[in-house]
Amino acid sequence: MAHLKNPVTQNDHSTGNPQSGRILVEYGDYQCSHCGIAFPLIRKLLRQYGDDLLFVFRNFPLQESHPAAVIAALAAEAAALQGKFWEMHDILYENQAELSADNILGFAATLHLDMSRFSQDWRSQQLLDRVERDLEGGLRSGVNGTPTFFLNGERYNDYDETYQSLAMLMEA
Amino acid sequence: MILPTNTPAPDFALYATPDKQVKLSDFRGKKVILAFYPADWSPVCSDQLAVYNESLKLFQAANAQLLGISVDSKWSHKAFSEDRHFQFPLLADFEPKGAVAKLYGIYDEKEGLAQRALFVLDEDGIVQWSYLSPIDVNPGADGILDALDTLNNVIS
Repeated sequence: MAHLKNPVTQNDHSTGNPQSGRILVEYGDYQCSHCGIAFPLIRKLLRQYGDDLLFVFRNFPLQESHPAAVIAALAAEAAALQGKFWEMHDILYENQAELSADNILGFAATLHLDMSRFSQDWRSQQLLDRVERDLEGGLRSGVNGTPTFFLNGERYNDYDETYQSLAMLMEA
Repeated sequence: MILPTNTPAPDFALYATPDKQVKLSDFRGKKVILAFYPADWSPVCSDQLAVYNESLKLFQAANAQLLGISVDSKWSHKAFSEDRHFQFPLLADFEPKGAVAKLYGIYDEKEGLAQRALFVLDEDGIVQWSYLSPIDVNPGADGILDALDTLNNVIS
């Protein structure tokens, strides 16, 4: 059974209730259509159970399959430096079919980010290193495609692209 | 029976491109990861190879070369590789069909396919780790990375 080799820390991007005993980690790729299917399901899960759940998103960009996956991941990380990780995360998934560099700059403007800072951070080696660390941690933890979920450190293998299969986590 | 650990990996020469064969023994001095898989284009294999494609930096850091192997022809491999931007060779175990998969004990006679099997060979071509995955399960890269770590720790 695959388990998470790198525990969730303060450096992770999380939403929900940090005090809850349930930590759900998703390894995802912004250009992966299966992650696009999971996106509204996760949102629904957080709406319904946000008090009983901490949700963490980590980057797993399959860049050879998805040419915009890395620039999208970097955009979310750059937005995070201005306190808007989840806003960028959401807008990227909502516009998954149109992830060009120009459009991403447009998303940053929509979110009222400091554009010169965003443009600089978006290209920074530091953020690229962070995205690669996420990817490496995922590879070492047995992430075998996206999305892959871990509940409290154990890989969750029963997700089948239905809301029910995610809601089952809340009974575990 | 899958080839056991601590045995020398049988040498082979297979087409890596339409006009070029590679020999396993060409890679002596490097670790080699052999990833046998059932078929080009099938969904599970494609996900598995896409994950390995993103793992190449980690494999290289461990002085390891990845070779994918299936019974598909060199022309199918060429199209598949180009479509998915694979940055590692796919070898065609095509004629006689599955001969190398048979040598490694992971040929599925009934289906006429290589099973989903992984081997990690050390610098001397000795099998140091192997794993036979259920046919419909993508085994990911963690087992390979753990095996490479173990080998590197033993040496250092």
